[in-house]
Amino acid sequence: MSAERSEPLPAWSLPAGAEKDIELAVEWPAEVSRDWAWGDSSGRGVRVCILDSGVEPDHPSVGPLAGAVAVLRNEDGEITIEPDEEGDLCGHGTACAGIVRSLAPECELFSVRVLGAGYTGSGPILVAGLRYAIENGFDVVNMSLSTTKRELAESLHELADHAYFQKTMLVASAHNLPVESFPWRFASVLSVGSHDRSEPLDFFYNPEPPVEFFARGVDIDVAWMQGSTLRCTGNSFATPHMTGICALILGSHPELTPFQLKSVLYLTATNVIGSR
Amino acid sequence: MTEDELRAAVAAGVLRSEEGHQELLRSIVTVARAIFHARASSIFLLDEESDELVFEAIAGEGSESLIGTRFPSSTGIAGWVLVTRQPLVLEDVSEDPRFAKDAAEATGYVPKGLMAVPLLHEERALGVLEVLDRPARPGAALEEIELLGLFAAQAAVALDLLQAARRARTVLEGSGKELSNLARFAGAVDRLEDDRRAAGLELLAALEKLLGGESRAAGPPGSSALRP
Repeated sequence: MSAERSEPLPAWSLPAGAEKDIELAVEWPAEVSRDWAWGDSSGRGVRVCILDSGVEPDHPSVGPLAGAVAVLRNEDGEITIEPDEEGDLCGHGTACAGIVRSLAPECELFSVRVLGAGYTGSGPILVAGLRYAIENGFDVVNMSLSTTKRELAESLHELADHAYFQKTMLVASAHNLPVESFPWRFASVLSVGSHDRSEPLDFFYNPEPPVEFFARGVDIDVAWMQGSTLRCTGNSFATPHMTGICALILGSHPELTPFQLKSVLYLTATNVIGSR
Repeated sequence: MTEDELRAAVAAGVLRSEEGHQELLRSIVTVARAIFHARASSIFLLDEESDELVFEAIAGEGSESLIGTRFPSSTGIAGWVLVTRQPLVLEDVSEDPRFAKDAAEATGYVPKGLMAVPLLHEERALGVLEVLDRPARPGAALEEIELLGLFAAQAAVALDLLQAARRARTVLEGSGKELSNLARFAGAVDRLEDDRRAAGLELLAALEKLLGGESRAAGPPGSSALRP
């Protein structure tokens, strides 16, 4: 861990003798391997938030949740955050939670439900849910969703940058539809598309952004409603694969910032390892 | 009424918006079904006023009698696709008891597998297109979802245009008799053959000149000083 700072550094400069204040918390090896990156990590100690349709509690493929809230709109039209009594309203959140659990079995899973309050006004609900997740300091937030509302882009952008600097990694689904959508396009977010390989730990760095990584997103057997399972395809299932891999890495190296985490992902990506 | 609304309303008099809308929806599901050799395809549109998804059209399996069925806009698989703007491909959906019940109530048909894609045009989410029970094509999943996205984008552009005409028609109907007459007149001129159309347009130009002159003459005191 880095030395305790007596006072915060100014944001714009590094005064003489202050180098010790920015000592790297992680000693980087000459070559970053997958073994160094996550080795036998189970994701223990990593707090993952599933921002989605809710998660079915105690689904056999998900196990216990650390908590669950729903972002709702009350009769006066105000957005409130309440304990979630309904679980999953679609199945998708449970699927994402199950994928993360399958990769990082000992991570802590928390559900923030942003679905169910109606389509109208769903944008502000999404923003409120994301703000809640960031304020609660989750290490990784899985967002298999986006909005096309440009008026929300600025709020989402500010939140994404805030998350990035406070060590919350936002992992968001890209999509191939010819419309602008957010927040996956922001550079402070880790955006995910699909590949069709079957190995869950295969992931590729994309040197042609905005999609930064491709993860397993085709024909995945996932947890679904009422204890069932389905076979699914889509970027929204590739996203929790990257979330799970992030949880594994942070389980081994909890000090990593999102910038460092992205760097480790780059260095351990299937196409980068293969090219060495 | 703004000038834009006036233009749109008169345009609505020319377009056969309601029939065209139904025709377009039927065409979208028919083509989607054909592209993927699927057993069925259905379309759900968002009713923004009631914040509900409405089952609007089906091709293949399913019951046309359930067209018009409504359900909440942000629950279930279609609701998720609409709100999150993410396409999905799901197999074995009939294993999900809640989905099976919702599907039976909405369309009268419970598929085994489905592809669902949001219909997006610019910032707006218009609805959800589903393709049900297509034959298995191992290794083609990414290509299929790409194709579905392209088709959905085209369908959304067409739907958006027609929905604009529908909204304009609503404006027209709420605007009183004068504007309805104007729209009908525009429609009549539009349908004329070459010579008569030219004559109609000439008549319109003459009317505009005449009315423009009258309007200036009848303007409030001093207003003419502002005009050249």
